[in-house]
Amino acid sequence: MKLVITGNHAAAYAAKLCRPHVISAYPITPQTEVVEKLACMVADGELKSDFIKVESEHSAMAACIGASAAGSRSFTATSSQGLALMHEMLFWAANSRLPIVMINVNRAMAPPWTVWADQTDSLAQRDTGWMQFYCEDNQEILDTVIQAYKIAEKVSLPAMISLDAFFLSHTSEAVDVPPQADVDRFLPEFNPEYKLDINNPRAFGGLVTAEWYYEFRYKIHQAMQDAKREINTVGKEYAKSFGRKYSLIEPYKADDADFLFAASGSMVSVVRDAVDKLRKAQKKAGLIKMRTFRPFPKEELIKLVPGAKNLCVLDRNISLGNEGIFFTEIKAALANIKAKPMIYGFTAGLGGREVSVNDVMNIAKSIETHKAAEFNFYGLKK
Amino acid sequence: MKRQKRHIKPSKRFKSHKDLPPMSVSSVPTSVNKTGGWRVLTPVIDYDKCISCMICWKFCPEICITAEDKPKIILEYCKGCGICAFECPKKAIKMIEAKG
Repeated sequence: MKLVITGNHAAAYAAKLCRPHVISAYPITPQTEVVEKLACMVADGELKSDFIKVESEHSAMAACIGASAAGSRSFTATSSQGLALMHEMLFWAANSRLPIVMINVNRAMAPPWTVWADQTDSLAQRDTGWMQFYCEDNQEILDTVIQAYKIAEKVSLPAMISLDAFFLSHTSEAVDVPPQADVDRFLPEFNPEYKLDINNPRAFGGLVTAEWYYEFRYKIHQAMQDAKREINTVGKEYAKSFGRKYSLIEPYKADDADFLFAASGSMVSVVRDAVDKLRKAQKKAGLIKMRTFRPFPKEELIKLVPGAKNLCVLDRNISLGNEGIFFTEIKAALANIKAKPMIYGFTAGLGGREVSVNDVMNIAKSIETHKAAEFNFYGLKK
Repeated sequence: MKRQKRHIKPSKRFKSHKDLPPMSVSSVPTSVNKTGGWRVLTPVIDYDKCISCMICWKFCPEICITAEDKPKIILEYCKGCGICAFECPKKAIKMIEAKG
């Protein structure tokens, strides 16, 4: 069934289709509509879930951790300051190997007080052990939530699905919402090996000395490596069931490109249009859509870039004191290969500032005419 | 509620990361940790003053007071925090310097 819905509602419909036993959340703009819609579904009896209202995002994640440890599929959604408040619990979730799925609406961090799009909130959670997905459009949000449960429960790691504030969260698009029976067939029941059980009481996450802590970390790193394979496998399975294919990294006209863009989130659609425009002008442009950030698709990148002369990384985020975050990570991934393009970084659109097709064309031109520095603040009012 | 004795499995001998569960999981419940040994002060109930209001039972953070007809402290788990003595409306609980 096709519905015209916002990114927030696409996330809510997707969560509903996965039949979470427990939803726990605290409201925050621009995410609130995700859990508002789910609360409505629960109140109307359309969704049989326990909806736990809590006093903070820290508690929301704590409730999801408890529920997941008890073998319940759990869901939450947050944004920006709320995600930052969860930080401690994010480690607890991942290190406990709990496959919680969370929507994060990418909103800039305050101050100055703001509610608009910026990825620095979720990218700042890089090392918490969560898988991170960045969505281009509302259909992808719905599809990624459903796939995320399957991947997360397979590798026992939590998954964060990010979407840009307002560009996706509050923009309506046609979204194909699959029938419940099809999702039930695709997504098996959550049945973890270890869970809290009153008939077999155990303590979870207890003290481990230096003798074994290191090995527990290695296991999570291995699970992240497994997740790379699993994300591609589940993406293919999803195509078989629902007709839309997904993978770690999605190239667009990249095969013969000598000028490559790399981008993530809603900005990908803008760059796609710019690539088409450049192709019309007989320029060999292409795009790499960075769908996943953790696990980082290093091997896929290495396969895609050697033919290109220039690689331009667009970031709606900034690691203050360094550069755009995807830019740093992409450079690091390519550091040890011989034939690599010149890599440029452009941070643009922080705090929700629009990045248009013309802006992307200007960025490409500044590289072609050798006016760009290695790292640039595009569109800064000088 | 009575504490049941459970069969305790011996912990596995680990040699490699492959032998480990996904995260640290105990093979026994935490009730095997008899935390009473941490205690410095011991609560003693004067049953002549006790009115069985069970406020001590309600406030005990270690759930080590049982509430049958009279409250009874399970000293195996009591850490001697003194909350029961503080909350008792009849001052029927004294904290004394002795191992109980």
